[in-house]
Amino acid sequence: MSLSVPDLNLRIVVPALIVSITALVVLLGELVTPAARKRWLGYTSLIGLLIAVGATFGLWDAHATAFGGMIAADNFGLFLTLVILLGALLSVLLSVDFLRAHQVEHGEYYMLVLSAVVGMIVMATATDLIVIFLGLELLSLPLYILAAFKREDGPSLEAGLKYFLLGAFSSAFFLYGIAFVFGATGATNLTKIAAAIAKNPSGDLLLVGAGLLLVGFAFKVALVPFHWWTPDVYAGAPTAVTAFMSVAVKAAAFGAFFRAFFVALPGLAMDWRALVALIAVLTMTLGNVAALLQSNIKRMLAYSSIAHAGYILVALVAMGAQGSSSALFYLLAYTLTNLGAFGAVIALSDGARERLEIGDYAGAAQKQPFAAAALTICLLSLAGFPPFAGFVGKFLIFSAAVETGWAWLAVIGVLNSLVSVYFYLRPVVQMYMTEAQPGWDGSATLTTRIAPLVALALAIAVVGVLALGLFPTPAIALATGGFVR
Amino acid sequence: MDLIVFYLFATLAVIAALGVVALRNPVHAALCLAVVFISLAALYVLLSAPFVAAAQVMIYAGAILILFVFVIMLLSPGVDQGAGALKWQRPLAAVFGLALAVELILVLASAVLPAARGQYTPERLAQIGDVQAIGALLFTDFLLPFEITSLLLLVAMVGVIVLAKKRVRS
Amino acid sequence: MTVNHFVILSALLFGIGALGVLVRRNPLIMFMGIELMLNAVNLAFVAFSRFLQSLDGQVFVFLVLTVAAAEVAVGLAIIVALFRTRATVDVDEVSGLKG
Repeated sequence: MSLSVPDLNLRIVVPALIVSITALVVLLGELVTPAARKRWLGYTSLIGLLIAVGATFGLWDAHATAFGGMIAADNFGLFLTLVILLGALLSVLLSVDFLRAHQVEHGEYYMLVLSAVVGMIVMATATDLIVIFLGLELLSLPLYILAAFKREDGPSLEAGLKYFLLGAFSSAFFLYGIAFVFGATGATNLTKIAAAIAKNPSGDLLLVGAGLLLVGFAFKVALVPFHWWTPDVYAGAPTAVTAFMSVAVKAAAFGAFFRAFFVALPGLAMDWRALVALIAVLTMTLGNVAALLQSNIKRMLAYSSIAHAGYILVALVAMGAQGSSSALFYLLAYTLTNLGAFGAVIALSDGARERLEIGDYAGAAQKQPFAAAALTICLLSLAGFPPFAGFVGKFLIFSAAVETGWAWLAVIGVLNSLVSVYFYLRPVVQMYMTEAQPGWDGSATLTTRIAPLVALALAIAVVGVLALGLFPTPAIALATGGFVR
Repeated sequence: MDLIVFYLFATLAVIAALGVVALRNPVHAALCLAVVFISLAALYVLLSAPFVAAAQVMIYAGAILILFVFVIMLLSPGVDQGAGALKWQRPLAAVFGLALAVELILVLASAVLPAARGQYTPERLAQIGDVQAIGALLFTDFLLPFEITSLLLLVAMVGVIVLAKKRVRS
Repeated sequence: MTVNHFVILSALLFGIGALGVLVRRNPLIMFMGIELMLNAVNLAFVAFSRFLQSLDGQVFVFLVLTVAAAEVAVGLAIIVALFRTRATVDVDEVSGLKG
């Protein structure tokens, strides 16, 4: 028996390969790195991620598939790969000093982050449901462990357990969806599924499968009513990990979500569009209203991330080239902005003692003007103020909805953005308009100097948020790439 | 004959599955889970998938279940005393769960498969051997998924060590 | 014996497993419920594979088996680590984090 692999087009998976190799190098490096030099493993990860960014740009416009159509390099997937790599780069920058301060400086941390990045890239570029599922698992497993990484800390372990149980639960739904789609169409390749549906558009089995896939995705990107795990997990996980998962998981999962529904299931659009629109309304509204009630900044950002998932879902309802390009731009803007916000939260902490209550931020602007300004810019961008990236992102998504006849959805989105202004401004008011509480100076551990790597990450995020807000055209042009079919 | 075997093992699997969910003692639940795994292995043989059946027994009943029992013994958490604060969740969850199951079954009772058939009839599989056929597929058409699982297993190993190893204080 | 027999059995098992995750508060038993769900998926894959005469479904089962094994290892490690910090494995008592 002779074996022949169909088009082993390795070039297509080079970014994922580079990150995998970096993960292995870091894992082996951990063995020979003395405890005082662990930060070098972080630097190694940064170098690997930067090389992967270069490789991704090298593939631009390649528009080809590999491994018998299981994975593809199209501009949609490559753009998401860049977003994921950017998110990972900033997260690693935020992590290096964070790990030291929290006394969990282990090389495995970087290995797990890099493995999750490989899973994310696979998920965002996969064109076969089974590969999407494996990418999903490869990104989830490291994140369960990372959420529980402070393993002597109750809340961190509880967050890990909760994330694990609900993640595995949702994976089962997703997988069952794959099984039914496979049964109904005889295929797991997205293009072949679309062809089978075009030939035979009805079928209960297929509808059940599509519904289960929707449930699986809804869990992963935290859509109402499958969102309730998010605040606990985000609040319990180490802040650097929360920052990473709040942005990169969304980019990867939304990528696969859009690809599956645009490429494989457009034939069922009549069935899912109205349902997804309803979920979008619920998600935006519930996320924003619940965020109003939070006094802990990590929980507030968790509910805000739910609301943002709702906005991105509006782009899914809009469909078409405009839907996918506006979602891509939004994901880029959201990644920079949210990492900036979490970075500022890390910058505003005293070593291992974090300031997580919004009341703690009183007077922070005088003590740490740079971090306070960065947090303000990011929160304003999340709220959708011009001239920041968040404004352009929302504008693109809502105009895509209006132009495809979903104006009422855009109106609800805009109303929601108005509500969100209130809670995004609360920390800003605390920082700039309230007197400093005793305790900002009181403790000897207070560092008014921000660690250089954190400052670098903050600077990149803030410059990115401003650049995307003021000169969005180049990024929009990059985001218009379509799918391989 | 086939139908009798099917109903026998299907009934066994459903009863044991209910046992997993309903029994208070985790050890009893784990034993019921073993019954489910083995009944399913029998059904796989009925579906002319002996290799899957063997893997099911080795990995699920052999490895995964042993791990469960080991952890139960290690933690010896005793009997699940039932929920405290979340009592209202139970009836709600039960209603939703039953609704889901009934709906699925109603829909699936009329499931129709596509007309197109692949090349692997049971006779052909018996002729080339399903171990060879699956192995060949794993290393050709499914090479990419296969490689991804290798990284997945590595991650699981590293993760478990990170979570479980004794911390060396430096 | 048709594919419907197997798919209905699979749906039953999946439903029972999901019910277990939703109703029980012991993480070990919730986890067993998830394993039931994955087994139900495997049954569906093998049944579809048999009646579509395509071997792909059986290959998926092997991939799912691998994923399940990896998940079990990580999940149980988290449960054990949690148990070390406090003497309970009941999710109710665990949730100092309220939803």
